[in-house]
Amino acid sequence: MSREFEVETEVERYELSAEPAYNFGFDRRQFIKVFGGGIALIVPMTNLLAQPTPQRQGESGRGAFSQRMPNEIGAWIHIDEGGTISVYTGKAEMGQNIRTSLTQAVADELHVPVNMVRLVMGDTDVTPFDAGTFGSRTTPTMAPQLRRAAAAARETLIALAAEQWKVEPSTVRIVDARFVNHDASKSLTIAEVAKGQKLVKTIPADITTTPPKQWTVAGTSVPKVAGRDFVTGTHQYASDLKREGVLFGKVVRPANFNSTLVSVDTKGAEAIPGVTVVHDGDFIGVAAPDQQTATRAVNAIAVNWRAPGQPGNAGLFEILRKTNGQGRDGGGRPVGSVTDGMAAADKKLEQTYTVAYIAHAPLEPRAAVAEWKDDKLTVWTGSQRPFGIRGELAEAFRIPEERVRVIVPDTGSGYGGKHTGECAIEAARLARASGKPVKLVWTREEEFTWAYFRPAGVIDVKSGVKNDGAITAWEFHNYNSGAAGIQVNYDIPNQSIQFHASNSPLRQGSYRGLAATANHFARETHIDELAVMLKMDPLTFRLTNIKDDRLRAVLEATAKSFGWGKSKTAGRGVGIACGFEKGGYVATCAEVSVDQKTGVVKIERVNEAFECGAIVNPVHLHNQVEGAIVQGIGGALFESVEFENGKILNPKFSRYRVPRFSDVPPIEIVLIDRKDLASAGAGETPIVGLAPAVGNAIFDATGKRLRSLPLAPKGLS
Amino acid sequence: MPNITALNVNGKKLAVNVDSQASLLGVLRNELNLTGTKYGCGEAQCGACTVLIDGQPTRSCITQVGKVAGKQILTIEGLEKDGQLHPLQEAFLRADAMQCGYCTSGMIMSGVSLLSKNAHPTREEIVRHMDGNICRCGTYLRIVNAIEMASRKESTK
Repeated sequence: MSREFEVETEVERYELSAEPAYNFGFDRRQFIKVFGGGIALIVPMTNLLAQPTPQRQGESGRGAFSQRMPNEIGAWIHIDEGGTISVYTGKAEMGQNIRTSLTQAVADELHVPVNMVRLVMGDTDVTPFDAGTFGSRTTPTMAPQLRRAAAAARETLIALAAEQWKVEPSTVRIVDARFVNHDASKSLTIAEVAKGQKLVKTIPADITTTPPKQWTVAGTSVPKVAGRDFVTGTHQYASDLKREGVLFGKVVRPANFNSTLVSVDTKGAEAIPGVTVVHDGDFIGVAAPDQQTATRAVNAIAVNWRAPGQPGNAGLFEILRKTNGQGRDGGGRPVGSVTDGMAAADKKLEQTYTVAYIAHAPLEPRAAVAEWKDDKLTVWTGSQRPFGIRGELAEAFRIPEERVRVIVPDTGSGYGGKHTGECAIEAARLARASGKPVKLVWTREEEFTWAYFRPAGVIDVKSGVKNDGAITAWEFHNYNSGAAGIQVNYDIPNQSIQFHASNSPLRQGSYRGLAATANHFARETHIDELAVMLKMDPLTFRLTNIKDDRLRAVLEATAKSFGWGKSKTAGRGVGIACGFEKGGYVATCAEVSVDQKTGVVKIERVNEAFECGAIVNPVHLHNQVEGAIVQGIGGALFESVEFENGKILNPKFSRYRVPRFSDVPPIEIVLIDRKDLASAGAGETPIVGLAPAVGNAIFDATGKRLRSLPLAPKGLS
Repeated sequence: MPNITALNVNGKKLAVNVDSQASLLGVLRNELNLTGTKYGCGEAQCGACTVLIDGQPTRSCITQVGKVAGKQILTIEGLEKDGQLHPLQEAFLRADAMQCGYCTSGMIMSGVSLLSKNAHPTREEIVRHMDGNICRCGTYLRIVNAIEMASRKESTK
C-alpha cells in the first residue's frame, strides 16, 4: 500500500479542507514594511502532507472548492528591535491549549522563558494561510514548523552576536535569554542583538530541532497562557467585542429547514427608529441599537415560508442505507478474501450498529462582529477556520479576499462545530446595509438548529472467528457517519471495509473524533460480542488478535490501572475498548451500575490510557483526555438530536442533555510518554473508547447488548 | 414601568438608563461593558451568566433588571480586590480548571457563592451545588478540585 494511498484513506470526508485562494503576497521588502525592523524567519511549507489532501466533496452543502496545494508559507517568527518575539500562525485557540503548547515549542528552541514569546493566531491579514484548526494537526505539523523557525532564529541571532564580538558562533551560548561569549565576560540581550537589523530569512531546509529527550520547556506542564484573563473575565471572545457605534443584529429564521420565502412584509420593523432591515433573497435580518429593539423589529416582520415535507428520526437509518453514490467509498482496498475467511471460521457473527446525530453545543454560540471601512470588511468571529471564512465572505459579497480580514479571538470552544461562516456572513450583510458595525450572537436555539451536526450512521459488521480466538474475517460497512477510524486495528487476514456516502436529512459536518467514535463503537462492541461468543475474556481476546505494540501497551496499561480481571462489585459490570486514530493510541475501561428499578445507567469509574508520542504538556494532555472522556459520556449515554419534518425538537439545554458535574465519575488517566516518537495531536482520539467501553460494561452488568448510540437516553427498559 | 437609572454593581453605583424588563445579562454586557458574564443559553440551564445578587447565585439571563435595582450585584469583574485575585480565582489557575474558559466566570461565581455559605463543602456538596453549570470542555473534575483547594486556603487564613 503506497504512502499516498494511506494518507488519503485517513482523511475524513466531513473534515473541511479548504485551500488558499490566492498566493500570499508578502515579499521581503513588504515584510519589513509591515513589521518594521528586526529579524524575521519564514517557514516555507515544504511538507505537502502538512495538511490533509482536499477531498472531492467538501463539507456538506458548501460546494466544491478548487484544489490547489497549500501555500508556500507555513508560519513565521518575528523578533523586533525591542526583542519581542512574535510568532504568527493561522491556527486558532479554542480551549485545546495550543497557544500554550506552540509557545512552549518556540521557547524551547530559542532557550527563552515562555513569557517572552507572543503568539499571533488566526488573523488573515497577518498570519500565514492555514487550512484550519482541526484533525488534530496542530501538534504534528504546526509545532515542528514553529520549532524549525525558532531554531533558525536562534542560530541567526547567535551568528549576529558572534559577529559583534568577532568570535566563532559555536562559542556563543544562550543563558537565561541572554547571549554570552565563551567565558561569560560579555553578554547581549535578544533586543540588543536584533537592534538595527532588517533581516528576513527563509529557514534553511536542513535546520535541525531539539529532540524530545532534550526538551526543557516543552515536556513540562506550563500553565495556560493568559490564564488570568479567563479567571477574571477580561478575555474578550468574539461575542464580547464592542466597536464604536455597534448595532445588534438578529436574523429572521424559518420554522423548518429547506424553507423558501413566500412573502414578507418588513414595514412594521422599518418604522421602528434606528432599525435597519435587510431582505435579500431568502435572508431577512435586522440591525438595531440594542438587543431588545432588534427582537422587537424581528417580531414586527410578517413572513411566510414554504417548506417541503422532510424526514425525522423515524425511518432515519433506512434513509441512510440508501447510498447516494457520491463521494468515494472510504474504506480502502480489501485484504485477502472475506468469503474464504468466513469459510475458515468456527463461529460467525453479523450485527448492525447505529449512531444518532449529535450537536457540538459549544458554550459560546456562533458570534461575529462585522465592520466595513473603505470597502474593506473586517470580521471578528469565533471559528476554527479563519481563512475558510474569509473565502466564504469574499464569495458571499463578491469581493476579492484581499478586501476581507477575519480575526479569530481565542474562542469559546468548537469541537469541530465552528468550521463554517454563516454568522460572519449574516453580521457582515447587516453591517453593509446599516453602514455601522454589527454584532450578531446566535441564540442557543439557533446554534442547536442552524449549525451542523455530527453525522448519524448505520454500520453493518460481519465477522468470523476460530475457536482459539483468531479472527479470520472482517467485513465492515459504514453508511453516512464517515471513514475516520474505520480501519481495523486487529490482525485479520481477510478484510473488506467500506464507507458509503448517503444523503443526510440534516446538515452534517465535523465533530471531535469524527466518525472514529461511531466506527470504534461498532468495532469494539462487535469484538466484545465475539469474545462473549467464544467465552473468552475480552482483554485476552483483544490481545490475541493485536500485533501493534503501541496498541497493546495502552490496553495493558489501562487494564492494570483499572484492575481488570480482579473481583467485581456485585451488580456492576465492566467493559473495555481500544483503538487508534490520528496518531494516538487509546484504551478505555469503564465500570457501570444499572439501577434495577429505574434502569438508570451510572458510570462508576473510567480508566483510560493514552499514548500520542512525546508529551508536550503533561497537565494539558491529561486535561484533553479527561475532557474527551467527559464529553464522550454525552454521546455514549444520552445525547441525540430529535427532529421531525425539518425541525429540531430539542434545541435547548433543557431538552438536549449534555454531561454535567453529577454525570462525571472518578477518572484515572495513564499517559504513556514516548520521547522516541514524534508528538501527535490529542484533541480527538481520547473520545473514541468511552462509548464502547460503557456499552460493553452494560452488557457485563445486565446481559443486555446495546448496539445504538446513545445507549440509554432514558435508562434501560 | 419607569426606566432603571442606577445599579449597584461590584460595590459601585453605576448610572444606566434601561427598560426595567431588560435582562440583567444584556445590561451588564452591553450597557456597562462588563462582558465577563456570558450568554450561554438564555433559559437558566447552563450557568454561564451567573452573578451574585445580595450574595445569592442568580442567572442574569432570565433576571429582569428592574428586579435587582437597589440590590448588590457582584460579577466576575468585582472579585479581584486591590490586584489580589479571589482565592477561588487563584485555585482555578492552580488546578487548571478551564480549557476554552467560556464557562469559567459562571463557574467561579457559583463556586464563590457555595464557599460563602459553606466554607468546607464535601465533593458531593460541590457537585450538587454546581450541577446547574455546564462546561462543554469537560473540566468538571478540576473545577471540583479548585473549589476544594480554595476551601482549604480559606481555612488557613
